[in-house]
Amino acid sequence: MTAPPASGAALLQVRDIEKTFPGVRALSGVSFEVKSGEAHALLGENGAGKSTLIKIVSGVYEPNSGAILVDGREMHFATPEDAKRAGVATIYQELLLFPELTVAENIFLGHAPRGALGRIDWAAMRAKAEELLASLEIDDLTADMIVGSLSVGNRQRVEILRALSHEARILIMDEPTAALTESDVTRLFDIVRRLKARGVGIVYISHRLDEIFAIADRVTVLRDGAYVGAREVADTNAAELVQMMVGRRIENLFPKMEVPIGAPVLEARDVVRRPMTKNVSLTVRAGEIVGLAGLVGSGRSELAQTIFGVTPAQSGEIRLLGQAVKIESPESARAKGIAYVPEDRSVQGLVRAMSVLHNFSLAALNGLSRWGFIDRGAERRMAERGVERFSVRTSSVDEVAGRLSGGNQQKIVLGKWLANNPKLLILDEPTRGIDVGAKAEIHRLMGELTAAGVAILMISSELPEVLGMSDRVLVMREGRLVAEFDRAHATSEAVGAAMMGGDAHMEKAA
Amino acid sequence: MSATAFVAATSPRSGGLRRFASQEALLAVAVIGLAVVVGFINPRFLATRNLADILLGNAYIAVAAVGMSMVIISGNIDISVGALIGVLATLSGSMAVAGIPIALCWLTPLIFGVAVMAAQGAVVAYLRIPAIVVTLGMMSILKGGLISVTGGKWITDLPQNFHLADLNLFGAPMPVVIMVVATVLAALWMRYSAAGRAIYATGGNAEAARLCGVNPQRTVVMVFALHGLLAGLAALVYATQLRVIQSTTPPGLELTVITASVVGGVSILGGVGTVVGSTLAAILIAEITSALVFINVSPYWTDALRGALILATVIADIVRRRRRAARGWKR
Repeated sequence: MTAPPASGAALLQVRDIEKTFPGVRALSGVSFEVKSGEAHALLGENGAGKSTLIKIVSGVYEPNSGAILVDGREMHFATPEDAKRAGVATIYQELLLFPELTVAENIFLGHAPRGALGRIDWAAMRAKAEELLASLEIDDLTADMIVGSLSVGNRQRVEILRALSHEARILIMDEPTAALTESDVTRLFDIVRRLKARGVGIVYISHRLDEIFAIADRVTVLRDGAYVGAREVADTNAAELVQMMVGRRIENLFPKMEVPIGAPVLEARDVVRRPMTKNVSLTVRAGEIVGLAGLVGSGRSELAQTIFGVTPAQSGEIRLLGQAVKIESPESARAKGIAYVPEDRSVQGLVRAMSVLHNFSLAALNGLSRWGFIDRGAERRMAERGVERFSVRTSSVDEVAGRLSGGNQQKIVLGKWLANNPKLLILDEPTRGIDVGAKAEIHRLMGELTAAGVAILMISSELPEVLGMSDRVLVMREGRLVAEFDRAHATSEAVGAAMMGGDAHMEKAA
Repeated sequence: MSATAFVAATSPRSGGLRRFASQEALLAVAVIGLAVVVGFINPRFLATRNLADILLGNAYIAVAAVGMSMVIISGNIDISVGALIGVLATLSGSMAVAGIPIALCWLTPLIFGVAVMAAQGAVVAYLRIPAIVVTLGMMSILKGGLISVTGGKWITDLPQNFHLADLNLFGAPMPVVIMVVATVLAALWMRYSAAGRAIYATGGNAEAARLCGVNPQRTVVMVFALHGLLAGLAALVYATQLRVIQSTTPPGLELTVITASVVGGVSILGGVGTVVGSTLAAILIAEITSALVFINVSPYWTDALRGALILATVIADIVRRRRRAARGWKR
């Protein structure tokens, strides 16, 4: 049972982890290890299985098979508590702190030093907290500060201190810099280096290549839930990592229709909407599909919502069919012929309690109404036509929309917008979370729409979808458009690198 | 036993209720069934006089519940309606006693009702303050203001022509006419108008509604304004029925109104329900209260039964939603 550690001092070893959820294989055959004093990065696209993996290592999920070894001893983590006891602490993206309590109270919540009769020894707690702060040379925080008043970066440091107070020897950080400012990132890296020097093993999850080169010693790449490979950071470069992350995939999956491209439908010039949209200029032409690539958090959805008037632009110019327009609300966007299929169908796209019929007509009520009353015959005809055209599988248009499958719900969301005959269609993750058949139908529909002269701006986190469907690919990073590729030049490596912001490393490698 | 029979009848049977419409059918059956059962025990319950009293005395609650139902369907709630009805009734009566033309006395509560409710709706919609907080504040203001201004004095010597509720229209007493007309018009409007659809969409998923070009804020203000109009109408029916208007608010009126909406099948989570259901439920609740007297059960049980009815309906609604959600999320 006590297998000897494979090499030197592997603190944590993960071997052949397999995890399936109903209908989905989330991870298969994934292995990696972290040595004492090492920072090991886990790299992969959205949905590659990074989060599932760390949830297994931190005891949130149990794997179907495979082993987790700490100090060479096989462990079974049934709960996060078990993992904590074994010295594995996790810092999630959403910090789990109590904003009303002080720094010291948050650090020692659940294991406060006790005095006589089990009462909390407040003095000892504060002293220990100050000690922890001093050990990392954090001088701008004190034990008595209220956590709710701290910046995100400082809260994250409190969370790290909490992990240390548990004597954690393995610290897992899930995209720790996602919400940090530049200076907070620098301070975080400083802490990571100190922890490494103390012999703490760090698992660092990120999709920012520059960070990996700055802080990690080794990197393991995951793709579609599978282990792709591991590299010493010193021996690799950004191009290789991107290639490993993205892989080579079949390009013929996407039935791209060849359609003549017409005049510009949408022209945006220097559109600004703080904080996420910074001087964006782009053009989408009739019959054209423009793919908007970028990582989650790069500002793609925010840009879409600005064009659609959810968060109107603060400056810049938007032209529709050559005419300068002001789009102040979804209402005005709709009136001008823009349609928007939002990212999160259940939250933004569908009124689940309403029938298929009523969902279909919701975006077209004005056109269907006379004197404020709905023409129910026309409404029903419209919905029935839509159900047929989009092959929505439902017993009748009177069925409650929330009862349909995800793919069918998405077809309704798409269909209700097309009832308005939009000139510009903005699709945000049009095929996320739906099955392959429904996906193909939606792609086919996109082709039909472009053939009818509709301009499509498509946001997708699936690179193959972006590359397969788009006439042009625009890449967003940190609120700006950073690259543009035409169909011929849009390779997964080039687009992937632009998304990651690894250009500097690419050049170095070249 | 009769009342428990209704609690059972309004909860879903094992097969589940397929259509929301069946909530209305169920209530209609309950209203008639209760009358038959209680009439069997004590035939005097079925005396025309008693049935008329039930309807006339509670029509204003049904009218207010129509507005309340719209507010709840839009995803909000209003607990100031009881206090507002008290204020509007006092206002209307005082004007009549002061010799102001009767038409104006009748019109004023409608106008004030719309103004007060629209203002609350605007605060809820544009300042994004939960309706329960806004209307709780308004309830206290109205209640406290009323008692301070009138000093608790009763309004007597109302002019004869003030009593709108005593009139008949096509042989039907005015309160019943107002109740039926308000319910039918509101039901048609909720079902067939674009604005009515916007109310359901806003209550069902405000974010999705907004992205579809519905303006949820405007919708909420409109719903509250309409609710104010109906509250004014309710106050008018209530005030013109009385010989003496006590310048206090009918105790627990807002809860009775909300109960009628909820028992009528309006989901407390918004987006689901009809005004026909709430009117039937208002009648049912009044009927139960009266029935207790006729079968010699202490009227003190009224509140407890009303509470049980609310819980049963709400639990049924939640169970129904869960089951639907579970089905919807499959695959």
